[in-house]
Amino acid sequence: MLTILILFVVLMILGAIVALESKDLLSGIISLGIIGFALTIVFLVLQAPDLAIVQIVIETLTLIILIAAVLKTTREDTTEEFSARKAFLWFAGLIFIGIFLLAAVKTFQHVPKFGHPTLRMAQLYIDQGLPLTGASNLVAAIILDLRGYDTLGEATVLFTSVIGVITVLRKMGRKRT
Amino acid sequence: MRGMTLIVKCITQLMAPSIFLLGIYVVLHGHLTPGGGFAGGVLMAGCFVLIVLAYGSEEARSEVRKWRASLSESIGIFIFWLLAMLGVIQGSYFFYNVIAKVNPGQPYTLFSAGIIPLCNIAIGIEVAASLFAIFITLAVLKVGEKL
Amino acid sequence: MIVLVLAILLFLIGLYGVLVKRNLIKIAIGFMIMEYAVNLFFALIGYREGGTAPILSEGFGASSFFVDPLPQALVLTAIVIGLGTTALLVSFAVRIYEKYDTFDVRKIRKLRG
Repeated sequence: MLTILILFVVLMILGAIVALESKDLLSGIISLGIIGFALTIVFLVLQAPDLAIVQIVIETLTLIILIAAVLKTTREDTTEEFSARKAFLWFAGLIFIGIFLLAAVKTFQHVPKFGHPTLRMAQLYIDQGLPLTGASNLVAAIILDLRGYDTLGEATVLFTSVIGVITVLRKMGRKRT
Repeated sequence: MRGMTLIVKCITQLMAPSIFLLGIYVVLHGHLTPGGGFAGGVLMAGCFVLIVLAYGSEEARSEVRKWRASLSESIGIFIFWLLAMLGVIQGSYFFYNVIAKVNPGQPYTLFSAGIIPLCNIAIGIEVAASLFAIFITLAVLKVGEKL
Repeated sequence: MIVLVLAILLFLIGLYGVLVKRNLIKIAIGFMIMEYAVNLFFALIGYREGGTAPILSEGFGASSFFVDPLPQALVLTAIVIGLGTTALLVSFAVRIYEKYDTFDVRKIRKLRG
């Protein structure tokens, strides 16, 4: 089971590298779809069917929105020559990633082991979820009854982003005098 | 954006009601099976996006005024806020599950869990209208047109 | 623990994309990669070996061996918020292209009055 997880996360990393380094914008966006759909399978292996359903439908709609935006404008990437500045950035980036991963490995010694979480908060929700709310789906009971403020905040954020999109693309600018 | 060939239009006519029905099913059974308001709402938006993509933006432009995406989105989030305020009106705290305390149904059936299915419906309407509004603004509307 | 370190590596690749790349669409792709990595990390934290999905039914009462449902509830809202962020970024990019006719961030620094 662990090997399947590692295999899919390595696939996601390869897809991310391809998406960032490709010369054609459309190929980059389609590589982003690889990451999203591999994440769906990882969610299913981790016994989270709620997340898998939401991830796959939102991934499809994100791809449609991105492709619509790219086809409206242009398809080629901006060209950059290979200079000393770029080589220096690459090298510094690799060193930074190495230091960060070393710090992460040292931190994960103190976090509970992968596969044995301490269910301090969730033990109450699992034991008393059905008598308190009456819902069988524990995740739905958590997001709508026991922690409803988060859902209200999230609906507000989605509403605000839609208002932002409509305002930015309204195309009624100032008159040029 | 032009429409697609005749075969795609015929298949869309057959498939779009089924996709919409699947979206409504996932929203309504949100407290029993995995899914809930968010997944069902995105599925319902996907049905409308399919119709616009298959028939082209010229035919869709005359229909956009009737769909009124902006109004439905505001109504959806207003109903969600109203359901949350029912607890305060009754005298307890915000988001109190008033219906489950008054009339708790049998567990594992459709009419149980108090306020949760109604909240799911409100969120489903809001998410569907939001995503459809984003797609329409990006792909269909021209200069100076309002939603 | 290897899986957790790999998720952090994915996050760092997204961060590299945001900081180094010149194209606006590539910066938006970097943001999306960072968001996928964070959702993956949360779902990995909540996993319990031998557990099943946290849905009660006739045979699975309240005393079965479930995975942790709390990180799943947090990730559910995070996925939808990520879509809103992406849509706003992409609409900014389209608007900037209409005014400056390029996606290059080096060329859009001139503010026209």
